[in-house]
Amino acid sequence: MPDNLIFGIEVFLNGLMAGVLYALVALGFVLIYKASGIFNYAQGVMALFAAATLVGIMNGQVPFSHLINAMFGTEVHYFGWHLPALLGILLTAAFMVLLAWLVQKFVFKHLVGQEPIILFMATIGLAYFLEGISDLMWGSEIKNLDVGLPQGASIWLEDSTRWMGFGNENFYGFFIDKLDMFATVIAAILVLALVIFSQYSKQGRAMRAVADDHQAALSVGINLNFIWVMVWSLAGFVALVAGIMWGTKSGVQFSLSLIALKALPVLMLGGFTSIPGAIVGGLIIGVGEKLFEFAVGPMVGGATENWFAYVLALIFLVFRPQGLFGEKIIERV
Amino acid sequence: MNDMSTEGYTTADGRKIGGTLMEMKNITLSFGGVKAITDISFDIKEGEIRAIIGPNGAGKSSMLNVISGFYIPQQGEVWYQGAKRPQMRPYEVARQGIARTFQNIALFDGMSVLDNVMTGRLNHMTTGLLAQGLWKGKAEREEVENRERAEKIIDFLEIQAIRKTPVARLPYGLKKRVELARALAAEPSLLLLDEPMAGMNVEEKEDMSRFILDVNDEFGTTIALIEHDMGVVMDLSDRVVVMDYGKKIGDGTPDEVRNNQAVIDAYLGVSHD
Repeated sequence: MPDNLIFGIEVFLNGLMAGVLYALVALGFVLIYKASGIFNYAQGVMALFAAATLVGIMNGQVPFSHLINAMFGTEVHYFGWHLPALLGILLTAAFMVLLAWLVQKFVFKHLVGQEPIILFMATIGLAYFLEGISDLMWGSEIKNLDVGLPQGASIWLEDSTRWMGFGNENFYGFFIDKLDMFATVIAAILVLALVIFSQYSKQGRAMRAVADDHQAALSVGINLNFIWVMVWSLAGFVALVAGIMWGTKSGVQFSLSLIALKALPVLMLGGFTSIPGAIVGGLIIGVGEKLFEFAVGPMVGGATENWFAYVLALIFLVFRPQGLFGEKIIERV
Repeated sequence: MNDMSTEGYTTADGRKIGGTLMEMKNITLSFGGVKAITDISFDIKEGEIRAIIGPNGAGKSSMLNVISGFYIPQQGEVWYQGAKRPQMRPYEVARQGIARTFQNIALFDGMSVLDNVMTGRLNHMTTGLLAQGLWKGKAEREEVENRERAEKIIDFLEIQAIRKTPVARLPYGLKKRVELARALAAEPSLLLLDEPMAGMNVEEKEDMSRFILDVNDEFGTTIALIEHDMGVVMDLSDRVVVMDYGKKIGDGTPDEVRNNQAVIDAYLGVSHD
């Protein structure tokens, strides 16, 4: 096989893997949007916050230590323990549930029935608030997250695909990061679990009911507050998973919260209300931007990855505003 | 007939009506300076069809919203099943066995008819979230049982043919019927219908009337309904409360109400002083 084709295939595969990570973030958006009509701008910051909390808990960092030390003149930084990853993840998940409850109790409970734009503004406020709290609690330096996920190229995959070069001496097998493969498996499990939950469980049915009509949901005895806390918890959990994947890949740092912006075009493609749409949209954007960079990038001086997703989203907005899987909005006149 | 008695009575067509199921005592509700309901008392007895009628803006819907917990009255007490009801949120009222429909149809548009009716069964599903995941058998059994109940009600209201149709696609009259099915699926002890016949043609009205009577007959469900179409109400209900400008101006059997001068004035539009 010629070099270019082999390289193209490798780019395609890596695009798929990157797409999975985009999809993970987009999934959090879809969950909240479906159940409450809120476009949660804070989803990216939630991923950052979750990852930072996980690092903090695992390393036994004292939360708000800078603040405490400045106020009382003490010198506390660490509790002096080091927790195993699994326990840390469980504690962080519990923490995200607590956060969901607080967000619902102090913010969105008071905004029930408000215009979508007001709810959106509230999530922007929430994003900046969480960002600040995250810095205060765990510090703003770049943190290394290691929960024992496999990293680096898969030697096995490289070895076992070497024959595909068909005699091309420059080809040593496909290079795919183990972390990306792992993320793909996790994302698949997560999506499957979410779909089963929302389609077949009692709470899932209640969640869909709340998404459709608040009044009707109340009239059949659904506790709206409970459902919303549940949805924010789920979104927090998805944020934690996304935070772990991205944090392991590129460190826990502020730029993690910006992946939320990459999730936007994914949502435009997939549709804001579709869980499968978030996945397919993520894959298309991931593959699209990598292949575009590979094929067209050299002609225009590169860096197409920065804008490709947005242009694609723009094209979709013009020709298919509801996205690939979104619900078509028809107003009866 | 003595309104405040707690005993039952026998209707003209020989049905036995039980004791008091719900009693509204001196309810007053206002929005800012506007009084929607002024000092109204009435009761609903077990097994009867009770109507609340009145011209537009009389406060009928407000009354229904007080019963179902959507509005909280400034004054007055709600007694239900022999006990004073503490202040409750609508979902808690629903869990007490009070189901309702809405004047402007509130269905779950994204779901099929069957799914809509199944949401009415939510309060009869007791398996917790974890149990549903870990103990598949119990959750499945519960789902099957509830599904059977839902199907029974779907058959009863003759909407089998559209079971799988998304409700957004249905015509108005059928939507109203699906909403009734969802409320019935909860097996309520009190069913509240907010203008069940509004916006319907004659044929649809007849169908709906028949279903209301059948529900009362077959399941013994106590029904309280709001209508402003006098004719329909008089044929349907055992006792009628008449409201005008937020006040109660009549209460009794359809015949008593029909001959009540205040009611006639309200409907024919005599000027208020």
